[in-house]
Amino acid sequence: MSSAEKDIVIRLRGLVNSIGGNVLHDHIDLDVYRGEVIGIVGGSGSGKSVLMRSIIGLMRPSEGQVELFGHDVLKANEADLRLLQMRFGVLFQEGALFSSHTVAENIQVPLREYTTMSQELMNEIAAMKLSMVGLPEDTAQKYPSELSGGMKKRAGLARALALDPELVFLDEPTSGLDPISANLFDVLVRDLQKSLNLTVFMVTHDIDSLKATTDRIAVLVNKKLTVGTIDSLRNNPDPWIQEYFSGARGRAALAS
Amino acid sequence: MVNSDDATDSSPWVHSELQARTLRVTAGGDWTVKHASTLDVPLRAIDPGNASDVEIHGKEISRLDSTGGWLLVRTKKAFEDAGVRVPVFEVPELYAPLLAAIETEHVTQPVEITATHSLESFLEGIGRAVFRFLAQGYGILGYIGRVTLEWLEAVYHPRGNLRVTALVHQIEQVGINALPIVGLLMFLMGIVLAYQGADQLKRFDLEILTINALGVGVLREIGVLFTAIIIAGRSGSAFTAEIGTMKVNEEIDAMQTLGLNVVDVLILPRVIGLVIALPFLTFYADIMAMIGGAVMCYFDLGITIPEYVRQLHQAVTVNTLLVGLIKAPVFAYVIAMVGCYEGMNVERNAASVGKLTTRSVVESVFLVIVLDAGFSVLFSILGI
Repeated sequence: MSSAEKDIVIRLRGLVNSIGGNVLHDHIDLDVYRGEVIGIVGGSGSGKSVLMRSIIGLMRPSEGQVELFGHDVLKANEADLRLLQMRFGVLFQEGALFSSHTVAENIQVPLREYTTMSQELMNEIAAMKLSMVGLPEDTAQKYPSELSGGMKKRAGLARALALDPELVFLDEPTSGLDPISANLFDVLVRDLQKSLNLTVFMVTHDIDSLKATTDRIAVLVNKKLTVGTIDSLRNNPDPWIQEYFSGARGRAALAS
Repeated sequence: MVNSDDATDSSPWVHSELQARTLRVTAGGDWTVKHASTLDVPLRAIDPGNASDVEIHGKEISRLDSTGGWLLVRTKKAFEDAGVRVPVFEVPELYAPLLAAIETEHVTQPVEITATHSLESFLEGIGRAVFRFLAQGYGILGYIGRVTLEWLEAVYHPRGNLRVTALVHQIEQVGINALPIVGLLMFLMGIVLAYQGADQLKRFDLEILTINALGVGVLREIGVLFTAIIIAGRSGSAFTAEIGTMKVNEEIDAMQTLGLNVVDVLILPRVIGLVIALPFLTFYADIMAMIGGAVMCYFDLGITIPEYVRQLHQAVTVNTLLVGLIKAPVFAYVIAMVGCYEGMNVERNAASVGKLTTRSVVESVFLVIVLDAGFSVLFSILGI
């Protein structure tokens, strides 16, 4: 299967990001294909979140080209950007639920904004999304402050999935979760990816999560991306990558 | 123009026809979230009538997402709940796993937002409010007691408790940084009061008494009251927002685990700082109002500055000034205590910071005016 045959959802070319004169990304190229789960790893402060923010249009890169679904994000006007934004969902680190809304209302925010559904149908959709992400029904009427960290992430994922996006960005979805919840979240991501045929762009630190969910991994090291599968990356000579996958934690996770 | 998908959009449709005792529902087109609202009503309207079987043929559906899938599953369930069998439920092969996932996972009922307006809920509301009121009273008493104790300790052992750097910083924040706004507003206040006084007193040829009214009014009441209200809006709200944000960030919890006394570190510097700063601010505000009055008297009534000063000298005594200034520390204490108290009440969410900041300003302005009325009654009894 050659890469040209596959549908490219995210295409980065020569992406440069610098913050305060400090170059984080130096001419990065990346292709993400439809239906795959790609994991982004890298040390703290290496700019994983910045990379995600520059793809979803929250930050303008210093240089380079960002294409989503074949459309240039940086050249798109406001209206086109809205249409692109409807096609992807984002789960922020702490869920970023609107604190003045209940969980059901949070999920309905994009529905209300972009569709003309009746309130009854929106209530049904909210309940369906909640059961999809494995939250009990009484969560719908709760406020974000009443939820635990893991529940917030699930609710945030339900909101990200509200418009049935083709592409989902997850920013450290398992950080701060206990190992059991983290495992369940990995399974959830994988299941949803299969049943909804999602493309998933996942920023993470969690090597168990990488092993459980991703098809390919992009390692952000020395301002460049190195892309491969777990097996190919283990044989990569780069010292950071070696340390990451063959350090004590890495070995334990991969051995299991 | 970016299309919502590169594949061409085709609008969805659904037909139903009755053949003998079998209702055939055929569906096609794009069953996606974009079109869901156009499908919702027709699907609900399908009536099985006297049919015993319903066949749902969805092979012509070109695209299906979870919202469209839900609509199909919901329709099927509605038929089954009505006692009609659904032997045929077909969708393109590609989407079968999605439908299976929705059908197996979705066991919960749709969310109902129930509004209850019964006598019971009305009584419950009253009960809750009463208990909240009592709990708040209890909380305030505990808080005042705690701060007073720490305060006394700070007075007896100033070295241990009083954070001098924080105190000086607070005095700068609430006092020195407030000088421009307080000065400008009180200058304008002086102009306004002098103009109103002059306008009325001119009718009796007593316009010189404008200065008496201005002097006594500003020094005894307006100066301190107005300054206190400005400071409640400016610094009381800042206290609540600062402490509240620290609460949201878990900084207060961190302080406690590090063995820092929150009252010493956060509350006492603010309270003492404002108690020290407000009398000075009030004095400054009085002067600015007098200057504003002088300007207005000069232009409106032709009273020269030396005349103005002479008249003012006759009208007011040092006591007049002190009667006003003595209220300042009391007002300051109330404003700072309310501001910090509401800050400590903030819950761990962003909305709560805004809500309690508003409440803190309303409460402190209310208390300042009530206390001012109390002072007036007290002074009239004492004959000051």
